[in-house]
Amino acid sequence: MGVGITVEHVNAFYGKTQALFDINLVFEANHATALIGPSGCGKSTFIRCLNRMHETIPEARVEGTVRIGDLSVYNGTSATQLRRRVGMVFQKANPFPTMSIYDNVAAGLKLNGFRNRKQLDEVVERSLNSAALWEEVKDNLHKKSGASLSGGQQQRLCIARALAVQPEVLLMDEPCSALDPISTGKIEDLIFQLKEQYTIVIVTHNMQQAARVAEFTGFFLLGKMIEFDKTEKVFRKPSDKRTEDYVTGRFG
Amino acid sequence: MRTRFQQEMEELRDKLLRMGGLAELAVDRACQAYSERDLTRCQLVLENESLINIAERDIDERAFDILATQQPAAVDLRFILAVTKINSDLERVGDQAVNIAERVMDMIELPAADLPVDIPRMATAVGAMVRRALESFVDGKAELAQAVLEMDHVVDRMRDEAFIMLVRTMNERPQVTQQALDALLVARNLERVADHATNIAEDVIFWVLGADVRHHALTVAPQPARPERQEQ
Repeated sequence: MGVGITVEHVNAFYGKTQALFDINLVFEANHATALIGPSGCGKSTFIRCLNRMHETIPEARVEGTVRIGDLSVYNGTSATQLRRRVGMVFQKANPFPTMSIYDNVAAGLKLNGFRNRKQLDEVVERSLNSAALWEEVKDNLHKKSGASLSGGQQQRLCIARALAVQPEVLLMDEPCSALDPISTGKIEDLIFQLKEQYTIVIVTHNMQQAARVAEFTGFFLLGKMIEFDKTEKVFRKPSDKRTEDYVTGRFG
Repeated sequence: MRTRFQQEMEELRDKLLRMGGLAELAVDRACQAYSERDLTRCQLVLENESLINIAERDIDERAFDILATQQPAAVDLRFILAVTKINSDLERVGDQAVNIAERVMDMIELPAADLPVDIPRMATAVGAMVRRALESFVDGKAELAQAVLEMDHVVDRMRDEAFIMLVRTMNERPQVTQQALDALLVARNLERVADHATNIAEDVIFWVLGADVRHHALTVAPQPARPERQEQ
């Protein structure tokens, strides 16, 4: 099951440049939350602060508190420990190109020392089913490489790979930006189903996508969280003029 | 800035305003025809009804296109929803003007009768409601729209008084029953125009403030700021 995420006074920096300013947010468990905002507003930086990917960039640092369920992300938790509980899907699908479909999904488990073949088979099937890919690949699990799949299938493979380690939170950074409408529709359907079991945070430039898949939406601008509310509210009657200007296309 | 989108929104607004002008003119003409027993004005109202119907379809089509292609949100989405509803109300205002004109055409064939009802006064109040409702749309002023809602009670009272007086006249002077009945129906038509003006005002409030004030659900709080005009 998903867990809630609490973010308190988060500031993020690239060297001397501050990218996020005092972000405070609560993500509800088992809900999808969309983060929107113009390019460079800090939404991707923010999502990368949730699983400590921000600090992988030289000179980048984070201040503040992030709690994922009972886990304090920046206080005594290792990155490996954290990423078992927080899966991530990126803008560009990134399957391991030389690995088979099966091995792509099983990679995380194997890395964690999981060797029981029968159980691995079960997890791979369950994860591919959850990612709505099983029916399309079940006959070629070992024959085909992850890279041989279409863009939409590759992205669902990456989702299956993230789900295989049974995370509680799924972070998605523009997961459909490189996909056609059919593949996008499949991923959106998937998000809708997955939020029953996972807490989902999705960064998207597609505002209609945010409106379709997320119960909550946060609007970022110049590194600040301008508005966070129920998605219907943000797209029907936002509280802040800047949010209204953005969702109506007056800037951004 | 979505230039094409803003242009389309501006065109939609202009088309609705032109239609509002047609509907307002139709009511004015019908009421003048009543006061002056003027057949020519009645015929003008009937002839111009098709212009209102064409405008209604055109506006609906434009709004449909914008919804289908531009995915408007927030104030723009509320604006388009309001436009489609105001469009429908304006078309019905036109229908009521036609009803009044037809009633006047009947009355003209009967001897003039002195009736204890001030239809021109009621027509003035209703005309003011339609005009203010359209002004509130032009300027995006929720407070002006709220004033229209309050005027509706006045017109309702005028209609009730007209009914009482005219029914009494029918009992006391049966020879003018037909004329009294025509006047009574005109009063009812005017009251319905006022209802449509009220609906338009409610839609303006929805557009500007995002508040649903239908069925007396809410009254409008002082307006914090004017909404973005479409040309911005």
